[in-house]
Amino acid sequence: MGVCEVLKDGDFVTSTHRGHGHFLAKGGDPKLMMAEIMGRETGYCKGKGGSMHIADISHGIIGANGIVGAGIPIAAGAALQLQMSGKDGVVACFFGDAASNQGTFHEALNLASLWKLPVVFICENNLYGISVRQDRHQNITNIANRAIAYGIPGEVVDGTNVLAVYDAMARATKRARGGDGPSLVECKCYRWLGHHAGDPAHYRPAGELEAWKERCPVKLFGERLIDNGIIDEQQSKQVLESAAAEMLEAQAWAAQQPWPLPEKALEDVYV
Amino acid sequence: MSRELTQAEALREALCEEMRADKQIFIMGEDVGPHGGIFTVTKGMFDEFGGERVRDTPISEAGFVGAALGAAIIGGRPIAELMFGDFAAVAMDQLVNQIAKARYMSGGKVKAPLVVRLTIGARGSTAAQHSQSPHAWFMHTPGLYVAVPSTPADCKGLLKTAIRNDNPVVFCEHKKLYFVKGQVPDGDYMTPFGVADIKRQGKHATVVAISIMVNKALAVADKLAREGIELEVIDPRTLVPMDWETIFKSVRKTGRLVVMDEGCFTGSVAAEIASKVSKECFDYLDAPVERVCATDTPIPFSPPLEEFVIPQEDDLEKAVRSILVGAACA
Repeated sequence: MGVCEVLKDGDFVTSTHRGHGHFLAKGGDPKLMMAEIMGRETGYCKGKGGSMHIADISHGIIGANGIVGAGIPIAAGAALQLQMSGKDGVVACFFGDAASNQGTFHEALNLASLWKLPVVFICENNLYGISVRQDRHQNITNIANRAIAYGIPGEVVDGTNVLAVYDAMARATKRARGGDGPSLVECKCYRWLGHHAGDPAHYRPAGELEAWKERCPVKLFGERLIDNGIIDEQQSKQVLESAAAEMLEAQAWAAQQPWPLPEKALEDVYV
Repeated sequence: MSRELTQAEALREALCEEMRADKQIFIMGEDVGPHGGIFTVTKGMFDEFGGERVRDTPISEAGFVGAALGAAIIGGRPIAELMFGDFAAVAMDQLVNQIAKARYMSGGKVKAPLVVRLTIGARGSTAAQHSQSPHAWFMHTPGLYVAVPSTPADCKGLLKTAIRNDNPVVFCEHKKLYFVKGQVPDGDYMTPFGVADIKRQGKHATVVAISIMVNKALAVADKLAREGIELEVIDPRTLVPMDWETIFKSVRKTGRLVVMDEGCFTGSVAAEIASKVSKECFDYLDAPVERVCATDTPIPFSPPLEEFVIPQEDDLEKAVRSILVGAACA
């Protein structure tokens, strides 16, 4: 949310296999998203993409991606196209801590820094690549340090603080729009659930999840707004309830949508 | 009117003409810039179009092939050059999981109008990682078009079609053909995808030959014609889409088929052609379908080893004779 709030029409995002939040934050329609997740004909991708491949180019959402790290060079390419066509758009490229070990991460950061492309690399460091904790998959704590290797700014922010994320993104976006090239922003955060539905996540040490739940970004932001007198408790509750109701309504709507005809599987392979 | 051009010159003409006509087209790859590409295809283009549109990349195949997709999705028309088709393996996720599927996964809302030009074939002791003919990988990947031109004229016409097409195209250029000359029509023309070229009419057996194998098949056809054996030689020109009807029609006429392909034998394009023909032309076949392919080995370095592995004219001749035993030719 802190990232996409900075973006405008004409900007793009590439996402990950965990992309529903990016999708909604960039303006995707929850009903059509839920219909896609449920594999329905009226979903964003007619049920052919599903949860891991939702795309809506009309909102600048180039696509979620089922391959860890694969969206990073694609983001660089979209930024190249924006640069070559003289547009002032930027691309926000989401990926996780584990993706920063893929070759595509390094190749894309090299290309983007070399060509000064208008892209902001957003690493959501949620501490785990599936079941493997960060200290078991890389010999560094701050992935933002990898920016040094490419001669670009790298910044660590508290990913549970939406305003901190917004500020870092605003700085990086300004730099990208100004023609000064990419930045790497590492957001420290946590994955509350398992890697996939049905993953009991036994690999987490006791108490870790509970500690991170205390730092729920939605809760923290609500408290901050209340503390500053911007909204009151009642309004905070209303916002949360209305958001939950919107998602439940989208889910109920999607469940009523038709399945695609089986033979539709043969369409859309080629233009 | 036509002129004589090499394959490299014909390809360059297609690239230059298309880039002059459409500013969204750009080419990127290793050493394509001032160096002009190691096979000279982009020679001089840096001077005409500049370094933005004739863009040298780092040696970073997954990076720039993936970048081609990102650019294509939002309106660009990139051409990525892979110096050797073998290097496609380095970019295979981008080719197979990203480029080929971008349109489908979006339910038809995204287009990926890009061309990946790559080189195929053995060209004399470049060994196992610079000599492969991996076009079957791409034929086996729905969502990609695959072109395998054998003449300078088809190189120009098919490349123009590839560039203007809204689908991703893997364009396979045989290394040994770059400096072979042929007549190329003047002016702007496009060679359609999915239309095979019957290179030579014949009645005794059909030879479907791919890329440089077309030249070998024509040489064998010349030789056997002196004995009264008339081969029909077909160049499919594109593997996806494939002009099946032209192949079926020919086999129904001749009753015999040999497929000649530099890809290795097992799981090959030749296997697919043999399989389809065996079903569609079953009642017309007078002999089993033969395949003349590279052996199921990596491509070796030493010249006699390489020559043994790559399909040669003698191999085709033997295969043709084996299926013509007992046939009345002349």
